[in-house]
Amino acid sequence: MSIWEYANPKKFLATSEKVIPALWVSSAVLITVGLIWGFFFTPDDYRQGSTVKIIFLHVPSALMAINAWFMMLVASLVWVIRRHHVSALAARAAAPVGVVMTVIALITGAIWGQPMWGTWWAWDPRLTSFLVLFLFYLGYIALWEAIDNPDTAADLTSILCLVGSVFAVLSRYAVNFWNQGLHQGASLSLDEKENVHDAFSSPLYVCMAGFVLLFLALVLYRTGTEIRARRIKALMARERLEA
Amino acid sequence: MIALLLRDLRLAFRAGGGFGLGLAFFLIVTVMVPFSVGPQPELLSRIAPGVLWLGALLACLLSLDRLLALDWEDGSLDLLATAPLPLESTVTIKALAHWITTGLPLVLAAPVLGVLLNLPLQGFQWLVISLLLGTPALSVIGTFGAALTVGLKRGGLLMSLLVMPLYVPTLIFGSEVARRGAEGMTVQTPLLLLAGISAASIALLPFASAAVLRVNLR
Repeated sequence: MSIWEYANPKKFLATSEKVIPALWVSSAVLITVGLIWGFFFTPDDYRQGSTVKIIFLHVPSALMAINAWFMMLVASLVWVIRRHHVSALAARAAAPVGVVMTVIALITGAIWGQPMWGTWWAWDPRLTSFLVLFLFYLGYIALWEAIDNPDTAADLTSILCLVGSVFAVLSRYAVNFWNQGLHQGASLSLDEKENVHDAFSSPLYVCMAGFVLLFLALVLYRTGTEIRARRIKALMARERLEA
Repeated sequence: MIALLLRDLRLAFRAGGGFGLGLAFFLIVTVMVPFSVGPQPELLSRIAPGVLWLGALLACLLSLDRLLALDWEDGSLDLLATAPLPLESTVTIKALAHWITTGLPLVLAAPVLGVLLNLPLQGFQWLVISLLLGTPALSVIGTFGAALTVGLKRGGLLMSLLVMPLYVPTLIFGSEVARRGAEGMTVQTPLLLLAGISAASIALLPFASAAVLRVNLR
């Protein structure tokens, strides 16, 4: 039993069909619980008041925005090295989810920033690198859409993803250098000093787990759709050939 | 390799090659800036390094779609791919030819345009040095973008979308060197980082460009 068995689309579909409902339900439960807990059962921050509660949407979506790209990177590597079609399709399926997560993070950040920093947008390193990440997502999706041949598209986008990852990391540190930030440091890190308070961190963890599961559900679902779309295309091509 | 370089240079310099278009674009962008932000000398001298860097970057970007597209259309790219010269070297030479025909003239023209934008005197040398170090990276990264979109009709806009995010670190460090130089601050850190990005891009990106080109020529 190895993970490569799921490179077989049939096997992948059979298993993901069983897993997806459980993912939907558990992510819905976790997000609902986390948000209700976060919004109604945590104290107001002594300086930020109740605006602090947008953290329960902001941090999980930002987390998934980055991890979605990371997942695409891994899937692209798998495609480049082992040429499993499911992996290329999974990378393709993850991109729009990642871009939505990036937009959610940017918008909730702006809504949070307005009362706290007095501005919707600042050219802060974290904000800027998220904007750059957004541009990378757009380019990646646009390249997928522009190419007709699915194998060529998979090859080109996977190489773009590899090169883009390097430059995304570079940009992340370049903007650090370019401007000092308003944004706080890590919300959750092993260094306990800069963490958020315990009262906020527990519901935050619940929300983050919910977003991870939501992402998994969406990606598996969308990958399944892509596989079926390709299957339909193959069937139609065969029919045309026989007719 | 030298024959290929000379061929590319000749094609670029002779009629229809479009040499000088990038330069003219650089000029026109720089001239447009005072029209849009106003002619105050202090304001212009503050934004001059950034504007010149952005203008150079856009001029590079606009000349990229000629880099491989013409060879793709007349089939000489297929010949080059089957030639004994490895494709990695071919794309490096292509990038070098692009740099000589686009990047180098931009570097030489930048001080003249700096005068138009009232760039402080101590900024000129750093502007030229930063462009000299940065434009090769722009050419190499741009070659990667051109290789990605070579087979596509109307690939130009898509290529801008792909290449621009890749230009971000180079632009940041390059214009930081020029800005600090103009303000008389020490430039060592961004200068070294800019040189590092250029060196790494020149060393590594041709492999990615060649891989992409092979896929497109399949």
